[in-house]
Formats: sequence, structure tokens, C-alpha cells
Amino acid sequence: MIQLYKMAWRDLGRNRRRTFFSMLALAFGVALLLFMASFIAGEMRGSLQTSIKLQSGHLQVRAASYDEDKTSLAWEDLVENPDALAAQIASRSDVQVATPRLYATGIVVARDTSTGVRVMGIDPASAASAPFRDGMVGGDYLAADDRGGLLMGQTLANKLRLASGDTVRLLVNTSNGDVDQQDFVIRGIYSTGTPGYDENTIFLPLSKAQTIARAENHASAIFILLKDQDQVESVAAVLQGPAYQVKTYLELNPLLVEFEQYANAMMYVFYLIVLGITATVIVNTLIMSVFERTREIGILSAMGMRGGRIMAMFFAESSLLAVGGIVMGMVLGSLVSAYVQRYGFFVGDFGITGILVGERIYTYLTLNDIVALSIVAFIVTLLGALYPAWLAAKMEPVEALHGGK
Amino acid sequence: MEVTKIENVTRVFKIGQVETPALRGVSFSIEDGEFTALVGPSGSGKTTLLQLIGCLDQPTSGQVFVKGQDVSRLTRNQRADMRRGTIGFVFQFFALIPTLTAYENIEMPLLLDSHTHQERRERVMYLLEAVGLADRAHHRPDQLSGGEQQRVAVARALAPNPVLILADEPTANLDTANGAQVMEIMTRLNEETGVTFVFATHDPRVIKYARRVITLRDGLIVENNSAGKKG
Ligand SMILES: Nc1ncnc2c1ncn2[C@@H]1O[C@H](COP(=O)(O)OP(=O)(O)OP(=O)(O)O)[C@@H](O)[C@H]1O
Ligand SMILES: [Mg+2]
Repeated sequence: MIQLYKMAWRDLGRNRRRTFFSMLALAFGVALLLFMASFIAGEMRGSLQTSIKLQSGHLQVRAASYDEDKTSLAWEDLVENPDALAAQIASRSDVQVATPRLYATGIVVARDTSTGVRVMGIDPASAASAPFRDGMVGGDYLAADDRGGLLMGQTLANKLRLASGDTVRLLVNTSNGDVDQQDFVIRGIYSTGTPGYDENTIFLPLSKAQTIARAENHASAIFILLKDQDQVESVAAVLQGPAYQVKTYLELNPLLVEFEQYANAMMYVFYLIVLGITATVIVNTLIMSVFERTREIGILSAMGMRGGRIMAMFFAESSLLAVGGIVMGMVLGSLVSAYVQRYGFFVGDFGITGILVGERIYTYLTLNDIVALSIVAFIVTLLGALYPAWLAAKMEPVEALHGGK
Repeated sequence: MEVTKIENVTRVFKIGQVETPALRGVSFSIEDGEFTALVGPSGSGKTTLLQLIGCLDQPTSGQVFVKGQDVSRLTRNQRADMRRGTIGFVFQFFALIPTLTAYENIEMPLLLDSHTHQERRERVMYLLEAVGLADRAHHRPDQLSGGEQQRVAVARALAPNPVLILADEPTANLDTANGAQVMEIMTRLNEETGVTFVFATHDPRVIKYARRVITLRDGLIVENNSAGKKG
């Protein structure tokens, strides 16, 4: 066994340049895949964190009958006395922040264009609103008692060619099924770095939103951020009560969770495609090696080496190539991923409906991806060696001895 | 005791429609401890015959026995098993594994069977000594002369203590002095260890080492005598 590897090692050393380039081909493939895997993992993680921060929170407490898809504003579908409930939840030691929010649908009319938006009533002073306050790019932030101002996302403002200080008309669906409208001054422009979000979200102070939507003293949900994301299930269990439904961030981001599973499955398809290509390089190298060593194979066979053992010799060689290539690829891929993990990768407004994607994607390298990729790369490379090894094993000793004479 | 016995063996090579009868009905046997030359002009079938005895090839008709066992109709792996440890080969070209040292080349056949590290070491050192290459143990083939390489090949053939060594024109690529040295080593090892040697040659300087000479012509035995040098 050790002898097999010793011979394989020296055979690879015989043609160092060829060995190096075969390994390099595998290394590039592995590096590319590792980067892709870390890119997807990073994007998924980033999207989830963005969604948690901007829209879903870790948990939401809603009225038992609330239907998210309908953005219902009927009072029985809303949380009554939300401030008291939010304060009560916020007093828990494992909760970072809890704040009431009201969601309504509306239309912004500016000059002669109109566009559908989501109107969100927020408590401007809450820590949960920090991403908006910190993301102000023009004008002023909202005050809790502002009755005539709103915040508009930068993407939408650019699209409608509006700036802070401009006036727009806002039409809002109300709890009794009517539409109410009022002119608002754009108090300020915010950017969360997530164009898909900024394009359709308008902020009003909660009390103003309640008034215009006819939902006084009601909220759609209590938005909750925890100190530790991993405690979400246990906190959810505690908050659960007959009048409420408690949704975790996983339930609130079903598309993302589903997309992640889909993306992971797709990654395996990519693994096979890219590694299939790199394996052909290695197969080619091994085939050349088999033909160059025809006579040696004959000698070993004459000595009484069985076909299986001759195959094992070539498997030993390809496993060394595989290990070399995989290690090189891991180093290369990790370096690139580490760089992008730190500095990000600009994608601009790259929206997937229902998923919040930032302008920059940061890769995220997981041990899981590294291990899975190494194993798949190793197996695919060894499978590739099957054919050359079989070629070697089926050589007739007599012919092999004639070969290369 | 017969090491090998050939009965009515023919071997016809077929390339496309053309059939070349390399052996056309050959019978003889080789006893334990013989030192026998297979001679004859080029194309007479010497190599073909050695390959049949060596279980590298199979006869078209007739039977080949090695150590009493019929080896004419064995599978590939069975033939490999038959060769392993039983038959050693020395070829005209210096058939060493180029990536392995002299020591490792000689050790190779021992690795195919269960031998301890200690056993292998002792055997390899003994053989290196026997072929006068103890000081070349860690040289690669390309660092050895042709004569030295062929001596390593002889040592390797002997390593697993085979009953039979088949040498196909072992001196054809060597100068007179080196050829003589190889032949003398083979003669000595034959006398000392009793291992049977059968070698093909058409070099008269080599034939004179043989105790028995089998002459082939056109795939038939034309002379089979023990008139050579007496042991
Ligand atoms: N693999 C093969 N395919 C076709 N014909 C072959 C093959 N091997 C040998 N022959 C033919 O069989 C005949 C005997 O060949 P063989 O090699 O046994 O002769 P030889 O006595 O060893 O000759 P030499 O002294 O030149 O080595 C020749 O006519 C040769 O052309
Ligand atoms: Mg010949």
C-alpha cells in the first residue's frame, strides 16, 4: 500500500509540469466552486440578516387572525393597545427591542405618476428604527409627532425624481375599506442599501399611520429583535398566547429558506459540472501516463501483479493529484472568499422578488461547504481515474512488454 | 521433477486475415535445475515459446504445464497468480521501473506477496551482493550502466525464489564483457541456488554457457540435445 503511493508519488514527480498543471486545473475548479458556495451562503445569510433587520425581525407577535398576505387592517386582525404589549415584551431580559408597527398599502402620487407602496408606521425613536435613522441620505428624520411628513427610500425618490422638501400625495387603504388621502412633505430620504426595499417602503410615524388608516391604538405586529438569534424558538414559545400568533424569522422568510435549499441543491449540480470538466484534465493526464508506462505495466504484470493492483496504482496516483489539487483550490478559494467576505462584492440593484438583496454581497465560507466540496471533488476525480486505470489493467502483458520498445 | 512441459503446442498470430504460425507443434520438457538455451534464427519462435512457458500468453492448441499444472487455459488473474513468485523474467531491454532504485526494483516482486520488511531487506541485500551491486543499491536505473541494469533485472527475477527464470536475449543489448558477466552470474546462481534458467539467444558466445540447447526453426524444434557445456 505504502509502496503504491511511493510509486505514484514518484511517477507524478517524473513529469512535474504536467502534474502541476493537472492539479492547477482541479484547483481552479475547486476554488471557483468554493467561491460560489461561499457567495451563495453569504448572500443567503446577508439577505436573511437584512430581512430580520428591516422587515421580519426575529419574532413578530400578531393578532391570531392576522393575514399577512392581505395586509388586513380590520381591527379584529390587529393587536390592540400595542404600546403596552411591546413594553411588556421589551422588559424581558432576552429581548433587545420590541416595537409596534402598522403595515398598510398605499399609492404615492407625484406630479403625473403614481406608484404602489407599502406604508409602514414605525416608532421613530425605537432602536428597531436605527437602520432607517442611520441610513438617512437627505433631509431630516421623522419625529414621533410629525403629522405631515414621511420618509421615502432613495430608490423610489430617484425613480420619481423627488427630493426632500417636495410634496407628494399619499393614498392609504383604511380599516373600513375606504381610501384616505393626504399631501405629505418628504421629510427625508433614507437608504438601507437594499434597493428592493427602499423602492417601495414609505415610513410614517406610528400615530399618524394609525390615524390615516383608521387603526387608532392598533398595530399590525410587535416587531421583536432578540439579543441572541438562536433563542428564537424558546422566546416564541413563551410569548405564545391564545389571542396572538408568534412568528419566527424562519416562518416570516419562507421564500428565503426555500431559496436557500434550492440554491444548495443547485450548488451540487454546479459541483458536478465544474468538477466533471476538471476531471477530464486529470483523466487526460492519467491516460497519457498509462500509455507512457505501457512497458512498465507489462513488467509489473509479468511479475504477477494482478489487474486490480495495477488499477490501484493509478488510483493512488489520481488520489494524490486530487489531494494536491483540492488543497491548492481550497487555499486559493479561501483567499478569494476571505477577501470578498471582508470587502464585499458590488452587485447593485440585483433584485429577486420577495428576497432582500443588498448592493454588496459578502461571501461567507462555511466548514460545511469546505468539507462537502472536498469530498465531492475527491470522489469525482477518483471516478475519472476509473477509465485510465481500467485501460492499464486490461493490457495484455505480452503487448505491454512490446509497447514502447 | 519437471519444471515445465510443453505438449504439441502451436501458436498462430492473426493480424486481420493474415495468420502467422509462430509455433507449429512443439513438445519438450525442462527439468528442475536446467540451464538451457533456446536458439534459432530470428522469427523462429523463441520469444513466443518463452511467453507461453511464462504464462504471459496462451497457446492456440496443445498444452503447457508449469510445475505439473496445466496453464494453457487460465484466466488473466490466474496466470498472474501462476507467475507471481514462481517465474522470473529477464528481458532484452533492461526492464526496470525507472522511478525506483535498484534496491526497490529488486524488492518489488517481494511486495506482491507477504514478506516482512526484515525478510525483504535480507533478500534484497543478499541479491545485490550476489550480482555485485551492493554499492549501487540506491541508484536509479538511469544512474546505472546497461550491464548493471541487467544484473539488477536478474536479481529482481530471482528475488521471490522462483523455480524458473526465463531470459529473452538477456545479453543482446550488452557489450561482450558485460554480456559475459551477466551470463556468469546467471550460471553461478543456477549452480548455487538450483533455480532453472531458460534463455533465448542467437549469440554463440552465450550459447556456450548452456548445458542443453534446443534449436528452433520456423516454429519447430530441429535439435534438442544436452551437448553444451557440462555443469
Ligand atoms: N504479437 C505478434 N503478432 C503477430 N505476429 C507475431 C507476434 N509475435 C511474434 N509474431 C511472429 O511470430 C513469429 C515468431 O516470432 P518470435 O518473436 O517468437 O521469434 P524470435 O525467434 O523470438 O525472433 P527474434 O530472434 O527476432 O527475437 C515471427 O514471424 C513473428 O513475426
Ligand atoms: Mg525474440
